[in-house]
Amino acid sequence: MLTEIANPKIRIEHVSYAYDGEMVLRDVTLDVPANAVTAFFGPAGGGKTTLLRLINRLNDLVDGTQMTGRISLDGQDVYALGVNIPQLRRRVGMVFALPLPLPGTIRENVLYGPRLAGERDRSRLEEIVVRSLRQAALWDEVRDRLDGPASALSGGQQQRLCIARSLALEPEVLLLDEPTSGLDPISTGKVEESLLELKQHYTIIIVPHSVQQAARVADHAAFILMGDLIEYQPGKKIFTTPRDKRTEDYVTGRFG
Amino acid sequence: MISVNSRRYVVQRIGFGVLILAALLVVLPILFVVGAIVVEGIGAINWEFLTAIPRDGMKAGGIFPAIVGTLLLTVGTALAAIPFGVGGAIYLSEYARDTWLTRAIRLAIVNLAGIPSVVYGLFGLGLFVLFLQFGTSILAGSLTLAIMTLPIIISTSEEALRAVPTEFRTVSASLGGTRWQGIRNVVLPQALPGIITGVILGLLRAGGETAPILFTVAAFYLPRLPQSPFDQTMALPYHLYVISTQVPGMPIQVQYGTALVLLALVLSLNVVATVIRSYFRRKRQW
Repeated sequence: MLTEIANPKIRIEHVSYAYDGEMVLRDVTLDVPANAVTAFFGPAGGGKTTLLRLINRLNDLVDGTQMTGRISLDGQDVYALGVNIPQLRRRVGMVFALPLPLPGTIRENVLYGPRLAGERDRSRLEEIVVRSLRQAALWDEVRDRLDGPASALSGGQQQRLCIARSLALEPEVLLLDEPTSGLDPISTGKVEESLLELKQHYTIIIVPHSVQQAARVADHAAFILMGDLIEYQPGKKIFTTPRDKRTEDYVTGRFG
Repeated sequence: MISVNSRRYVVQRIGFGVLILAALLVVLPILFVVGAIVVEGIGAINWEFLTAIPRDGMKAGGIFPAIVGTLLLTVGTALAAIPFGVGGAIYLSEYARDTWLTRAIRLAIVNLAGIPSVVYGLFGLGLFVLFLQFGTSILAGSLTLAIMTLPIIISTSEEALRAVPTEFRTVSASLGGTRWQGIRNVVLPQALPGIITGVILGLLRAGGETAPILFTVAAFYLPRLPQSPFDQTMALPYHLYVISTQVPGMPIQVQYGTALVLLALVLSLNVVATVIRSYFRRKRQW
């Protein structure tokens, strides 16, 4: 099984995680390469989302949890003492399953992160709005109503706004947690298209909402089942020639 | 078959009737109280009554010092109670973990809400008037009322904060916001209508209380306006108590007039609270 590669962007080593005494992840080890789309796929409730949220330390917000192992970004332990957590989250952006615009306008949503990061320069902020919305393939649809309420957008537009909101911080890594689960096929297509564009500049980890989506967008894919990393292969081989029986069963739709 | 159904129907009608009666019983007293006070008191209301100081042993003239006193006490209560109340609610809702300490704090809040108001009055007398030597003063009265109001403000504010979905905090954190930045920029604005409602309801109760100001600030008869926070003042609820029970030969119209002014003041605050709440509710986006 491929778990170690040269110069990984993110290295996950022997990570186990328990919530309220119940094991969610068991001894997961894998490397995530830069400038590619890596997919964590598998049945629901297997710990994929948890693994994502461990990378940018969002699970710090949850009480009653226990983690062992090591996660590093560019070789630096993200759980080391003295790590600036807001800074880490600016480097590792995240898009959630349900689009949740913050109260306010489209522009305010995009600029929420940069403003908290201390960006005050008006022309810089304007630049960020245009660039982020373009990258998220939303610019053409909202350019005339940047100061309108974000909540007035359709579900698909809201999700791309959430992607733009993360991109506004120019993160190095983008974590996508079932970003298209609530979207229609056309919006899904648009989001997937923008991923191809984005991976030139970002390291992307996606929890896809189906095996088909994983096969479409992933450069590398890991199969996670009930807290265990079952198989991790470079390229799309895992979908065509899985090595593990359980992976094969899942990929061919025999369970899940 | 038919007879069973029609019997059920009759039983249902009777049931509804009882329920409607129960609901009406709630409305009737308020209609009677407000109606009686308006009918009896409206004749006393004129410009002089609202803006002049009392004369002839309070039997004539106006109740201006009492109106001003109640407004000052309400403002003083707000100044003292809002920062601590909302601050405490933010701590309990956003920061506190479930420990014996926070459980003790919550228990204290519940119990604080159940203490009779006259006990607050005695407590204020002991702590603020005597021990801290504020004297019988607006300061002492406001602080006493503030302590009495705190449980209401804390529990309604905490409820309003908890009603904001967790996901907003998560999103803010994921965009590099600290916990406080998320609270300040995302959570508080959305909880604000609930907080404002709670604050106004609390102040409303404080403004109408007699017992807590009895020993701490209220003056029996003081025909001038207070000059500093260390002055005594007249206040509407206490004034009403005084002219209703302590002054023989008081015209009934003056008593009802005073009650009407107090009622109008309190109810208008209530209306303000309702308007604010519905305004923000329409603006809310989730």
